[in-house]
Amino acid sequence: MKLRHTASQAPEKVEIQMTPMIDIVFQLLIFFLFSFKIVTQEGDFNIRMPVAGPASSTSLQTDLPIKVRLTADGDGNLASIRMDDAVLPNFTALHEKVMSRVGTNAGPDATENNEAELDCDYNLKYRNVIGAVTAISGYVTPDGRIVKLIQKIKLSPPKKPEA
Amino acid sequence: MKIIKPKTTAAALEPDMTPMIDMTFQLIAFFMVLLNFGEAEQDARIRLPSSQLAKPPETALENALVVQLTGDNQVLFSGELMPIAGLDEKLRREARFITLSGEKPEDATVILRADAESKTGVVQEVIQKCQENGFENFALRAKQEDEES
Repeated sequence: MKLRHTASQAPEKVEIQMTPMIDIVFQLLIFFLFSFKIVTQEGDFNIRMPVAGPASSTSLQTDLPIKVRLTADGDGNLASIRMDDAVLPNFTALHEKVMSRVGTNAGPDATENNEAELDCDYNLKYRNVIGAVTAISGYVTPDGRIVKLIQKIKLSPPKKPEA
Repeated sequence: MKIIKPKTTAAALEPDMTPMIDMTFQLIAFFMVLLNFGEAEQDARIRLPSSQLAKPPETALENALVVQLTGDNQVLFSGELMPIAGLDEKLRREARFITLSGEKPEDATVILRADAESKTGVVQEVIQKCQENGFENFALRAKQEDEES
């Protein structure tokens, strides 16, 4: 059967209703606008701290751990930094001291063989611990590359202040 | 002087919506891409310390559980705020769950998001409680920024 267009039927312009679509699109836009928040990138310092026992004592240790002592004042701010009985003025000095210590150990496993233990006052603000971990674990070169120094870092057990 | 309005047809008054819709879709796409649902663990109550060495991990940590510590030394675990004493039971449950799923708690990583103002001693206590429940790997989380001092 042959279909024929009738001459009397003029072609109608099909108009799409845009209003509902624009409504939804704006709703979506508002949703994403409100749920958007600027988050800073976060990174981790990985530390392995098994419970003190025979396992840790039998592990291969070529060097004695570097002991870093951080003391706090009454407000929890950093009062002093000590490493190997040397008093250091700031984390930059700590970093330089660690550099001189690790730098003398030749070999590809130098960063793996070194270990550091942070002994901190109970009330010390945590930001100082991260500062010390940053100073010990490495540094960023001017071209943005991270050079690792000591990867084995552990925290000493908590010592509650005497009342 | 009399201003004569030019005769306009009804069709000429219809605004062209295409550029606006284009722009709106572009904006939606922009916000959709930037919206990070994966960072839902981040809590506004915790202001992380910053470190220039804190780089995001290249691969996502497997079997990771997040323990958060607020500035007033309260523990935030699974969206629940509790004193540090309450963490023990939660960790025991997590360790049991990991064991039942055929893994070991020693292989799991505890991500520690502690506030910069929290006491180090409390952080150490959290670590100690994790150790008591068999967890050995810890990731101390910090903000990726230049150091403040």
